[in-house]
Amino acid sequence: MSLLNTLPDYVLTTKTDELLNWMRKSSLWYMLFGLACCAIELMHTGGPRADIERFGATPRASARQSDLMIVAGTLTLKMALRTRLLYDQMPDPKYVIAMGSCASCGGLFQLAYSVCDGVDKILPVDVYVPGCPPRPEALTEGLLKLQEKIMTERWLSRGNASHNGVTAA
Amino acid sequence: MEALAIYQRLAEQFGDRILETVSKKPDPFCVVDPAAIVEVAQYLHDDPELAMDCLSNQSGVDYKDRIEVVYHLFSYSHRHGAVLKVKLPRENPAVRTVESVWKSANWMEREIFDLLGVTFDGHSDLRRILLPEDWVGYPLRKDFVEPLEYHGISTVRESPILRLDPKAK
Repeated sequence: MSLLNTLPDYVLTTKTDELLNWMRKSSLWYMLFGLACCAIELMHTGGPRADIERFGATPRASARQSDLMIVAGTLTLKMALRTRLLYDQMPDPKYVIAMGSCASCGGLFQLAYSVCDGVDKILPVDVYVPGCPPRPEALTEGLLKLQEKIMTERWLSRGNASHNGVTAA
Repeated sequence: MEALAIYQRLAEQFGDRILETVSKKPDPFCVVDPAAIVEVAQYLHDDPELAMDCLSNQSGVDYKDRIEVVYHLFSYSHRHGAVLKVKLPRENPAVRTVESVWKSANWMEREIFDLLGVTFDGHSDLRRILLPEDWVGYPLRKDFVEPLEYHGISTVRESPILRLDPKAK
């Protein structure tokens, strides 16, 4: 008879990693950070119809309180330096969603002289959401993909608690 | 008052400092001596029968052999408009500012300076308005060459099709 069967019903058992990941994925606070028209869809996604607050994602006004940066819109070279600064201000562990074609690769404005061709040129991206702009459903799917990714992380067996690696949604 | 009648009046008032009048539709324009642009603008603004109280647009054009600054004027009281142009040399283009006549020229002249490199003598705050302060060159000039990187951010994005299929070009 194992030890588990001796515990009373109100005690749940889990792995530490899974508990940490579950807590992290269920409180993905994203930074309010809109660069162009994708920001409108981002607002819809936070609004009552798509309502990503169901999944624990709530907007924060400060980079220092955020876990997730949703890069919503065309990233100009002028803004790229500031975006990097905001990313550096976010506490670890931190995640990035590149929302829409512009944030993923420059999109329609790729050949423009003032546009950074994709946010992955300046910081690591976890999930790319295609679309111009993506519908709220698409961004919600991107958030769920990120949650799936977070659930695969292993914190205890790793020396340092930093994440890396890129997946595409 | 019709635009051509306005230019006729200007020609009577300023003589050979109105270099040329072109009756091309939809916007007939007259070309003004760059040295006289402030006097002409002040006259158009102050004369009660002309009363051009609005500088609705000011822009610059690179024609490869010269640079033109275009002034689109409008009078709210008389509901008529006029278009002025000044032709400037491509090397060190400079013209006096009309900021003293229409306050709104401030930002539009800064934009022309930012994108075409036209210097507006006497401007109160002539610096870049859209591009970063440390930007090199004037991107709307025909001979502008896009730099390969900006603060270490590469401005070239390799095509994913080339990566997947090296034969495609």
